[in-house]
Amino acid sequence: MTPLLAVQGVTKRYGRHVGCLDVSFDLWPGEVMGIVGESGSGKSTLLACMAGHIAPDAGRVVFDTRAEGPVDTVQMSEPARRMLARTDWAFVHQNPRDGLRTGVSAGGNVGERLMAVGARHYGDIRAAATDWLGRVEIDAGRIDDRPVTFSGGMQQRLQIARNLVTGPRLVFMDEPTGGLDVSVQARLLDLLRGLVRRMGLSAVIVTHDLAVARLLADRLMVMKDGRVVEAGLTDQVLDDPQHGYTQLLVASVLQV
Amino acid sequence: MKGYRKVIEIAGLAKTFTLHNQGGAVIEVMRDAALRVEPGECVGLTGASGAGKSTLMRMVWGNYLAAAGSIIVAGVDVAQAAPREVIALRRGQMSYVSQFLRVLPRVPTLDVVAEPLLLQGLDEAAAHDRARALLARLNIPQALWSLSPTTFSGGEQQRVNIARGFIRAVPVLLLDEPTASLDAANREVVLTLIAEAKARGAAILGIFHDEGARARVCDRLVDVTAFAPHAA
Repeated sequence: MTPLLAVQGVTKRYGRHVGCLDVSFDLWPGEVMGIVGESGSGKSTLLACMAGHIAPDAGRVVFDTRAEGPVDTVQMSEPARRMLARTDWAFVHQNPRDGLRTGVSAGGNVGERLMAVGARHYGDIRAAATDWLGRVEIDAGRIDDRPVTFSGGMQQRLQIARNLVTGPRLVFMDEPTGGLDVSVQARLLDLLRGLVRRMGLSAVIVTHDLAVARLLADRLMVMKDGRVVEAGLTDQVLDDPQHGYTQLLVASVLQV
Repeated sequence: MKGYRKVIEIAGLAKTFTLHNQGGAVIEVMRDAALRVEPGECVGLTGASGAGKSTLMRMVWGNYLAAAGSIIVAGVDVAQAAPREVIALRRGQMSYVSQFLRVLPRVPTLDVVAEPLLLQGLDEAAAHDRARALLARLNIPQALWSLSPTTFSGGEQQRVNIARGFIRAVPVLLLDEPTASLDAANREVVLTLIAEAKARGAAILGIFHDEGARARVCDRLVDVTAFAPHAA
């Protein structure tokens, strides 16, 4: 079996400051990898490097493409990488407004991504958009409303629908439950877990919330100052942390 | 995965905790632990509180790291395996009924119980049928099935946990005090479930403070006190 994504020695510096340093890991099909750490630990920089939003200074991000097998996406042409981002990849931003077009209806937001990969039949696109709004628990009656009229939780679910409608194999998520109320978070986590399982998705999820990581991720990487200090099975890293920093993180969580 | 006569085989197992934020104190809690469990056999771990029963069980499940030794479970050495091998083992071969039910709020009990089957790829209708049958057997009122178990009583939560653990016919079962907070009728149901699992050939490693339960289901007992570092 080939890893879906092989990250090898990825490094990004901002001047003298280290974004992330020499990060390597393999992600296997159907696996969810969580990346935890405090603000400034480099987890979002690493995610942006993997997703091709920023170019790493060193390292390879090898994705197992459908057509050609493993390809280093860092060395890919910009159009090829964009095509990958529209088809096999998805990116869920913390702030749904970064991932949605606010001037377009909810149905349009979902349909747009289908059109970007060649769908042209209006009826089919609208039917797919309706189906996906249902899957993310948005009432079909809101299909023509613009996302600015939606609550934060609905906007986040719409962003997820827009991302998953093209049937990606790999989803990058940056603090997907970040700005949401706790009750809304639980609903979104349940939704994400169901989608990951039913679609057989692989995902990389950046979060600072260890409870979210425990519920969503199979494996966990802990980052500090741009470096991975510990990695392993999610419950092993949280229940029997080996590194001093992870022990501190786990011990600092408030018990409810 | 077939043909392993001993389903669980532990040898030379050691465990230490290093507390980096408390002056780097190294606490040695287990040394040279060894045991085996064969198909259809239930082995009970005994020893006083704090002797390391749960620690040993967590090392078999893989959420505690071994400091040394081997833990062969259905042909995989959990002490050495890569995370994805342990994930596959848990998905297909091994169930763990812990003392705590850890679930997402708002997810209905029926889905919580059916989830291990869904992860194996069984379709939703069949998984829900099995979940309903098990919940009924464990006397969870039907009116509660569509509710999240987070608000249930301790005994109800434990039975949900047991239903979740027994819903798949896996070759390896880890049971941490499965009868602890149950009334007589439900304790009887759980002991029957354990006997049925043994009859179909499951290897069971259990912790039972309930001596009557231990006497009923355990074929052998292993006192973990013998694995304490100072005893060696």
